[in-house]
Amino acid sequence: MSQKLFTGTGYLTKLMMRQNRFKLFLWLVGLIAVTLATAVSYPDIYPDEQARAAFVFTMENPAMIAMLGVGYEDYATIGALFAHEMLLFTAIAVAIMNILLVGRSTRADEEDGRVELIRSLPVGRLAYLNAAAIVAVVTNVLVAVLIGTGIILLGIDGMSAEGAYLYGAILGATGLVFAGFTALFSQLSETSRGSTMLSFGTLIAAYLVRASGDVSSEALSLVSPLGWTVRTEVFVENYWWPVYAMLAVAIVLGLVAFYLNAIRDLESGFIPERAGKRNASAFLQTTMGLAFRLQRTNLIAWAIGIFLLSASFGAILGDLEVYFTDNEFVQAFLAESGDTSMMEQFIVLLMAIMALISTVPVVMAVMKLKSEENKHLTENYYSRAVSRSRLLGSYVCLSMIVSFVMQALVAIGLWSVGMVVVEDGIAFDTTFASALVYLPAMWILMGVAVFLIGIAPKATGFVWLYVIYSFVVIYLGGLLEFPEWANNLSAFHHIPQIPTMDMDYMRVLILVVIAIVLTVIGFIGYNRRGIQG
Amino acid sequence: MPILKATGLTKRFGKFTALDGVDMELNKGEVYGFIGPNGAGKSTTIRILLGMLKATAGEAQIFGKDVWKDAVELHKQIAYVPGDVNLWPNLTGGEVIDLFMKMRGAPNQGRREELIERFKFDPTKKSRTYSKGNRQKVALIAAFASDADLYILDEPTSGLDPLMERIFQDCVQEAKDAGKSVLLSSHILSEVERLCDRVGIIRQGQIIERGTLDELRHLTRTNLTIQTKETITNLDEFVGIHNLEKEGHNLSFQVDTEEMDAIIRHISQFGIIKLESAPPTLEDLFMRHYQGEEQTSSGTGGSR
Repeated sequence: MSQKLFTGTGYLTKLMMRQNRFKLFLWLVGLIAVTLATAVSYPDIYPDEQARAAFVFTMENPAMIAMLGVGYEDYATIGALFAHEMLLFTAIAVAIMNILLVGRSTRADEEDGRVELIRSLPVGRLAYLNAAAIVAVVTNVLVAVLIGTGIILLGIDGMSAEGAYLYGAILGATGLVFAGFTALFSQLSETSRGSTMLSFGTLIAAYLVRASGDVSSEALSLVSPLGWTVRTEVFVENYWWPVYAMLAVAIVLGLVAFYLNAIRDLESGFIPERAGKRNASAFLQTTMGLAFRLQRTNLIAWAIGIFLLSASFGAILGDLEVYFTDNEFVQAFLAESGDTSMMEQFIVLLMAIMALISTVPVVMAVMKLKSEENKHLTENYYSRAVSRSRLLGSYVCLSMIVSFVMQALVAIGLWSVGMVVVEDGIAFDTTFASALVYLPAMWILMGVAVFLIGIAPKATGFVWLYVIYSFVVIYLGGLLEFPEWANNLSAFHHIPQIPTMDMDYMRVLILVVIAIVLTVIGFIGYNRRGIQG
Repeated sequence: MPILKATGLTKRFGKFTALDGVDMELNKGEVYGFIGPNGAGKSTTIRILLGMLKATAGEAQIFGKDVWKDAVELHKQIAYVPGDVNLWPNLTGGEVIDLFMKMRGAPNQGRREELIERFKFDPTKKSRTYSKGNRQKVALIAAFASDADLYILDEPTSGLDPLMERIFQDCVQEAKDAGKSVLLSSHILSEVERLCDRVGIIRQGQIIERGTLDELRHLTRTNLTIQTKETITNLDEFVGIHNLEKEGHNLSFQVDTEEMDAIIRHISQFGIIKLESAPPTLEDLFMRHYQGEEQTSSGTGGSR
């Protein structure tokens, strides 16, 4: 009987590997490449005692501890610096990979009816979950072995073989824990969306519990699996207990998932899908309300992410002088230093980068209309008494509101934390001005999206190329010494850099006019063309 | 006085001609059946009538207004149900029905509840969990809950069970009795036969046949089943006999309506024991147009 539960696991595993091989390949290559490239650069970034001392000083800042985890008693090796900065975030990336992989191969396959087809074949009841578990184990073992071996092969002084394998093993073990959580939630929830939300919720909760525990009490931090991840003291003490503890948790989670899978019906769950609303609210009944509702989760996630990113940049404002004085890489960014302070230059660069990141949800908000059309959802409007201008107008309005909100969050995040860590504090109005001054550039990118939706609906993807190009100009334009015309192609290049430069109303006005022209042409085109669906 | 009038509608997608001079007329209070195989141009025609696609040539008016220029104004009087109903997965069916009614204007809550009851629909589930039939119910409830003057229904029942299909047919009948007009595109020919006053058949972007069902029947064949005392001879000499099946003294075949007289005269000589005649069904009519002729057409893709 127990044998029969697993019949067919072999070829289901092969099938699942085949379905996921490309994604897994990209994940593995990405994880390994980023880890090894960073590891190689560490001896150059921190060549001497002085540089390391600056690093340790920065890491003692509570904001940094909350962000990256508890530090080491003694940063005896260069490996300790590397692990402290990289381990937690790499572990989170591995966890995300596992959540997506396992969620896809369990509940999502079941929801789409693929598991039903498989189960109608002579295949055991637990074979599908078993295959998913095997794929997850193989993937995480690959992460551990490849990253461990890779670090050893780099032969960096201060990164021992044992440390390297522990570094890989703790990443793989963290991955397995979250694979286990996802497998469990896939049994509990009836929908793939529910299972993924629960899994990501657990990951976020684990991070937050660890963050507050690391700053306040160790016991609290040990409740979170990520609290174990940061306590290996890899490359110095090399504690292995977190790896064993995590493997034990992963096995328990897996067994519970197997048990629940065995006793439940196909396509059912243990958390009943609660009944939804019988009627649409008045807000939802407006085209604007619907446009927002469809993107609500996504936009809120972006808003939180952008606020946290900005706040964490704010956290290092106080230590800037110590941290960056000897760092040649950063010096290259902040080249034209004149009578302005390093902090002001840093804020200028930061605002440019943050504005570009905020641009992503702004463009996404309006591009959603195109994806609605691709899914044949806009015919629901246009077969009724809704004009094209009204619908496109709602998306443009939403996009502009998003641009304001995101940039306001950038300013508030940087200002609120900056107030605490910088001795004299930082000015609220300057911070706000330096964030909001980027709005016209963001509107131009939104305008490009509207233009493409109206004039060249098949080529709307090009707006993302323009976003990437703008990013390259800001990030590498100075470093790679781009010619001026190449820099001028980016709308962001023309924004006056507050606070180091004065406000230039004429320039900003011209940018606004360009944005309006692009948008208007887009509207005209959209009203004239055929709608795909 | 036609409320819908299309003349010479032509639509090209690049080199592919999806519609080639389609004419159509629909009178007030009439149910018009629009039939044809997949990819013949039914949905493209309907999308042009809804102002979603712009015709390459030709023009169409509904209630005397241009379907492209006055689309928004027109849609206040039109209710549309597509064959493939696409819904937002994270909204409930009830929310979507409200949205649809709001988008048309003049929502009627009482009628909404009544139809939810009649179609036995659960409006509190998320759309992602609905089957094809339930998604169609969303569109049908929203359409019939609205006080439209013209209903455009594009294969609206392909996912409904026979019970629900009957309720749908009742709804169409009620609309017709209330003096509304219906454009019904369908694959279910018995449904068209029962509901429609007039029929248009489209093939490869052209209307190849149109008229009332009776008019069309003149063009077609009657099914005959015959039993005689003696074996019938010389039957092959007649033109207009199709699908002949012989079993001893039992015969069944189809006969072209215009040859009927000559053939009955001939077989009556052999001593008829039993003669059954069945009128041609729409299906016979349909098959006749597509059998044989279909070989010449190279399968053209649908418009969606």
